[in-house]
Amino acid sequence: MNAVIRAEALRKTFGKLVAVDDLSFSIASGECFGILGPNGAGKTSTIRMVYGFSPLTAGKLRVFGLDVTENPRAVKARIGVCQQENNLDPELTVLQNLLVFARYFDIAAPEAERRSHELLTFMALEHREESRVPDLSGGLLRRLVMARALLNRPELLILDEPTTGLDPQSRHQVWERLEELRADGLSILLTTHNMDEASRLCDRLIIMDGGRLLVEGKPAELVLHHVGRHILEIVDPVDGLAEFLGKRQVQYENIGHRIIISIEDGSDLYREISERFCSGGCAMRMATLEDVFLRLTGRELRE
Amino acid sequence: MRIYPPISSRFLRVWQRNLTVYRQSWKISFIPPLLEPLFYLLAFGAGLSGLIGNIHYRGEEISYVRFIAPALVAITVMNSAFFENTYASFVRMYYQKTFDAMMATPLTVEEIITGEILWGATKSVIATAIMMAVISGFGLIRYPEGLLLIPLAFLGGLAFGAAGMVCTAVTPNIELFNLPVFLFITPMFLFSGTFFPIENLPLWAQKTAALLPLTNLVDLSRAFTNGRIDASILSGGGYLAAFASVAFPLAIRTMRRRLIK
Repeated sequence: MNAVIRAEALRKTFGKLVAVDDLSFSIASGECFGILGPNGAGKTSTIRMVYGFSPLTAGKLRVFGLDVTENPRAVKARIGVCQQENNLDPELTVLQNLLVFARYFDIAAPEAERRSHELLTFMALEHREESRVPDLSGGLLRRLVMARALLNRPELLILDEPTTGLDPQSRHQVWERLEELRADGLSILLTTHNMDEASRLCDRLIIMDGGRLLVEGKPAELVLHHVGRHILEIVDPVDGLAEFLGKRQVQYENIGHRIIISIEDGSDLYREISERFCSGGCAMRMATLEDVFLRLTGRELRE
Repeated sequence: MRIYPPISSRFLRVWQRNLTVYRQSWKISFIPPLLEPLFYLLAFGAGLSGLIGNIHYRGEEISYVRFIAPALVAITVMNSAFFENTYASFVRMYYQKTFDAMMATPLTVEEIITGEILWGATKSVIATAIMMAVISGFGLIRYPEGLLLIPLAFLGGLAFGAAGMVCTAVTPNIELFNLPVFLFITPMFLFSGTFFPIENLPLWAQKTAALLPLTNLVDLSRAFTNGRIDASILSGGGYLAAFASVAFPLAIRTMRRRLIK
């Protein structure tokens, strides 16, 4: 029983809206697991069930081998959660925020003080101990929320879009800290729609849309399996390319002024296309998780 | 979702959180309960009582200032808890998402709401203690019976705080708190035997006023400040306890519905 999370046929509805539908997945101890999906895919609803915030409509959910519905308090005591909003106490200082939060876990005051200083140092916030929350930038707030989520020495850290809205520097800072935590053996569950984040951090991930699971796997394998190694993007293609590709039975995506083809670098097909059709501009690049994501969830706008 | 047990002593952590925040600004929070009775006593004592003279209350003739001082305490009890558990609780719930953060910890909704209401009652007690100091300076409280105002403030605070919490659970936005304030708090402030004896009202209005929680709170406050301990405090105290024991579980129920998504 070394699965940290075992979710079977999870379902969550809000009135008529089906937020999560027949979702099953499991996370092994020490794994970093990502839930990807466009807005409204059911990511947040899923992790809210995991951390005992939302009751399940149907399904079975075990965390640390405990049924979440039966033992929410025991489960929550062993989880650290970074919700999407930075719901810190604005009237309190950075340090006070941690000390107050530690009390919710019944951590004794001297121990809370010790852990708070330790975590503020880990998150490079030790110089801001006495700052008030409204004076902190977005990156600092996120780091403080992460420090807060680690106060109870969780065995599982859950993050809901941890880097949304952060500048690149702050984003990398968060990633580095998460990599350190993962290296220390902490199990991590995160939602994101940042594909770089998922590729970099996640050992395994699922992509969901409309509440349902689309695919599951390791990032690199998903890319290889669903898109291939390389992508050729052709801007403003000359006439005849679509016909040419159709005749050769090549899979491609046509998005207006741009045609996207999965292709092997150095193949005959590539040479032929670049010679005959690339007057407007062709770019060869590595296939990424973003290609997988867009192929599976479509390109139309959400919400 | 079943949660065993739904309430543990952890609700004190929520109460403690509010105390920690309160202590950041206690010097400012102290000022209203300190100045408010002073203003009222000056305005009514020096200004109005010359026009009004003495008041007949329960077969006794008492000065107007002595009549309204205990009512001011009762009003403060009502306002402190009600406004804490409406506007302030709503800000924590809706704008600061404090409850959301708490719900990701071992705390349950029941504990969060219990801690909040208990804090509302605590605000009533703090304000009452400060007011008592001021009013005692005018010699308007008889001791030791007057000390009963402290537990009374707590009981009244629970009742009005729980009622406020029900409003918080059902209001879609913060502006709509005007409604319970205008429909309940303001009429009670005026017609609960606060500034004139309810016997001056027509009979139907007297009967209505007698059902209001503030009327009961004012009566008890007058009894304790004037050292009149008799059987009437049982019915008043019973009424407030009953009111609180209905409003409190209702607050928890409605809040569960609001918070658990």
